[in-house]
Amino acid sequence: MTKANTNPRPGGEMPDNIVVSTRVRLARNLKDYPFPGWAKKQDRLRIVEVIRPVVEETEDMRGGFSKTMDELTAIEKQVLVERHLISREHAAKNVGSAIVINSAGTLAVMINEEDHMRMQAIMPGFKFQEIHQMIDRLDTRLSTSLPYAFSLKLGFLTACPTNLGTAMRASAMIHLPALVLLEHMNKIVQAVNKLGLAVRGLYGEGTEALGNLFQISNQTSLGETEAVVLDRIGKVIAEIVRHEQNARITLLEKNPRMVYDHIGRAYGILANAQTITSKETMNLLSMLSLGIDLGVFEDLSHATVDQLFMDTQPAHLQRNHNNQKLIAEDRDGLRGDYIRSKLAAVHRPRFVFPPKKTPDDKDAKSE
Amino acid sequence: MKCDVCKETEATVHLTQIVSGAMQKIDLCESCAKAKGVSDPTGFSMADMLLGVGQEETTSITTTGGSELQCPGCGMTQSDFKKSGRLGCAQCYDTFAEGLAPLLKGMHKGEQHIGKSPASRAENPETTEKLKVLRRDLDHAVKSENFELAADLRDRIRKLEQESRTKTKT
Repeated sequence: MTKANTNPRPGGEMPDNIVVSTRVRLARNLKDYPFPGWAKKQDRLRIVEVIRPVVEETEDMRGGFSKTMDELTAIEKQVLVERHLISREHAAKNVGSAIVINSAGTLAVMINEEDHMRMQAIMPGFKFQEIHQMIDRLDTRLSTSLPYAFSLKLGFLTACPTNLGTAMRASAMIHLPALVLLEHMNKIVQAVNKLGLAVRGLYGEGTEALGNLFQISNQTSLGETEAVVLDRIGKVIAEIVRHEQNARITLLEKNPRMVYDHIGRAYGILANAQTITSKETMNLLSMLSLGIDLGVFEDLSHATVDQLFMDTQPAHLQRNHNNQKLIAEDRDGLRGDYIRSKLAAVHRPRFVFPPKKTPDDKDAKSE
Repeated sequence: MKCDVCKETEATVHLTQIVSGAMQKIDLCESCAKAKGVSDPTGFSMADMLLGVGQEETTSITTTGGSELQCPGCGMTQSDFKKSGRLGCAQCYDTFAEGLAPLLKGMHKGEQHIGKSPASRAENPETTEKLKVLRRDLDHAVKSENFELAADLRDRIRKLEQESRTKTKT
């Protein structure tokens, strides 16, 4: 969920424990073929034949993972979705679509999703500059051998007109437990929408904000340069992070018992549950992560929570269990066993309440 | 009733409007409605945008009757586009340009692309480099709210792009 980070202190740097990951995605199409949604099967197969070898042979992707979608099992596809390497839409594809991923898992090119190519760079933490450079370089390399559909007026031509122009979506996954506990998220979502940015759940469009994780991304792509869009979204994210940090301070000052109660219960359930759904797991792990940031755990690390977050999702769980397809009930039991074993050696949280003004002063209105 | 856009989730937002005397109904799930910007039921003008056709275009279809616009590149018709909200091929953007123009206006920040161009069309590296510098300057000008300079830079970029387009075509 969050990247291991030993310094949760608010400061000038964007803390990785709030900005979980950043991603930049570009949509590109070949000029002489119909878009995937309208193309016939032979066309789609031909498009994969044209694009895939070019992608595989780039310096960035050499030695990576390359499969057509019909070569992957349902569990394998879902594992890629849980790792944010393919979209849920792409996981539903079969013959005539493909996926190429570099060995580090930072670059991925979906072939024949909604567009001929959807390429992304993704990294933990706040890394817009780095990942934009990575994806820009890959795109430039591909564009020397693949004739793109491009217009001087409308920019890169995409199946859906909402992606025209730069055809770039920049997004950040941010962990905002304190803003959720303070019930400030509606306000934030409205403010962010007004700035032309979208707020979505864990797996993008139309998904729930599980584990207090939110995806912020630009909604428009025509009429602005890549740099301007990245700059704006970066500033908005910095602002939201600041709000989250303030919300944490406010919560601890005004209502430490409530925050600690959430964290304590999360630990209690996760360390003891016999059966637990992935949704409940994500929401409780979010509280453990907050607990780490607030310093209540002496021997629990973000790395452990991150691993639990990934490995308890349905496809990961099944993959790690002999690739066996399990019914939900069995998965929940397996998940409980796994989490208990992982937390067995972790000491219970120790809560330190901020020094109170003398209890007798309570009625006397000081200040 | 399933959502008209994603066809998966139950529709909870129902829009009805009269265009050129014909009633149009659209049923959406909450997230698609939000994604399309139809969070406010009074924002009815968004309904047309949603299915990808501007109101003017809808009117013109009704008046021209049977001869429906079809893309010579891929065979997609206006009503195919209306159904899916996705275009069929790059050429569709020329074919349906008239109907798309009002739709794009409401959808994006501007109507002219000012970002990256693909390397394959960089016939003249010098022009590409010049454009890069100009675009960077334009960004700075917009950021610092120096709109006079921004307008000047925008014109210079357009001119340069037009020149390179003419050269590419010949």
